[in-house]
Amino acid sequence: MQVLFARHHVRVYRFVLRLVRDETAAEDLISEVFLDVWRQAGKFEGRAAVSTWLLAIARFKALSALRRKPEQELDEETAAAIEDTADTPEVALQKKDKSEVLRQCLNGLSAEHREIIDLVYYHEKSVEEVAEIVGIPEATVKTRMFYARKKLGELLKAQGIERGWP
Amino acid sequence: MNTKINEARELPEDVELLLPWHAAGTLSRRDAARVEAALANDNELAARYELVREELGEAIRLNESLGAPSARAMEKLFAKIDAEPVRKPKASFSITAWLIEFVASFQPRTLAYGATAAALAIVLQAGILAGVFVKERTTGPQLASYTQSDSAGEGAFVLIRFKAEASLGDITRFLEENKATVVDGPAAGSGLFRLRVADQPLSQPELGAIVKRMARSPVVGFTVPAAQP
Repeated sequence: MQVLFARHHVRVYRFVLRLVRDETAAEDLISEVFLDVWRQAGKFEGRAAVSTWLLAIARFKALSALRRKPEQELDEETAAAIEDTADTPEVALQKKDKSEVLRQCLNGLSAEHREIIDLVYYHEKSVEEVAEIVGIPEATVKTRMFYARKKLGELLKAQGIERGWP
Repeated sequence: MNTKINEARELPEDVELLLPWHAAGTLSRRDAARVEAALANDNELAARYELVREELGEAIRLNESLGAPSARAMEKLFAKIDAEPVRKPKASFSITAWLIEFVASFQPRTLAYGATAAALAIVLQAGILAGVFVKERTTGPQLASYTQSDSAGEGAFVLIRFKAEASLGDITRFLEENKATVVDGPAAGSGLFRLRVADQPLSQPELGAIVKRMARSPVVGFTVPAAQP
């Protein structure tokens, strides 16, 4: 268990943290994830990669925790993720370079869109693996990623960055 | 009904939908070849692919900046495990089978990085051992598999992922040509290395120029400037 924990806990933590946006809650959740793994080790059938299995459990735990949070609190967190929206695009651009704005907009996506962006780009999950983790058909994985990227483009545009797409 | 028809019209060709996975290197060989062929024949698609690569880079930087959990998470986990009732090991769980699966679960690309990393480790080990003699380290036991402390110190850094087909010779040459040293990696799962490209911090344009030059190398799959550790 220590080896498994050492190998995977940082990435599982980051995945959960991006969903719940609370470091203490994310730490509590990853200990729950690995406790479940310890309890269910015999049920692991080896059809998926270990990391895919872990992320699927982590996602379930994170979403359950989010459901327990008051809706108002979630809206406030999403709003806070995009700072300085009162600035004009020019001012925003002066303040930050394009990379910073892009990262800020990645933070400003909905939990559903953040999740798929992270799974594909950071956790390097294939279409099939994302489908397994999120529990949706593969075709939906592709379209959800498309709409997440489209939303990202819209957020960038609102911050004064026109990429020519979408 | 109308919404669904509109959404279907809005969606691009399947090959364009696959661009994010192509950039991340997680497509099957067949799909990757299909995307490569489309990119070679369609300048607009190639331009959109650059946007995907940009997003990929920033998504990685964003996630890497999140840090690692404190030791509290592990302490809590093992306290809970200790409090669990003692169970007989299940006959259906075979540690050997699990280990075989564990290794098999790595994607081919990750395995290739692993092989590269193993080779690199031999080279790095000499440097690390030498480093121990000249610089006594004071850090305590580390929980994280991603060792931020290894990359600490002055300098300018980049995150880099080498192509799966890059040989040790290719990588060694690349490091020499760019006067770069590996200070950390590969990060578990992502195959990302942290390279020191200068002994002193560089300005953003200077570091950007180095990244651009490195990105043109045929051995590099992906690279972005890394934040100061």
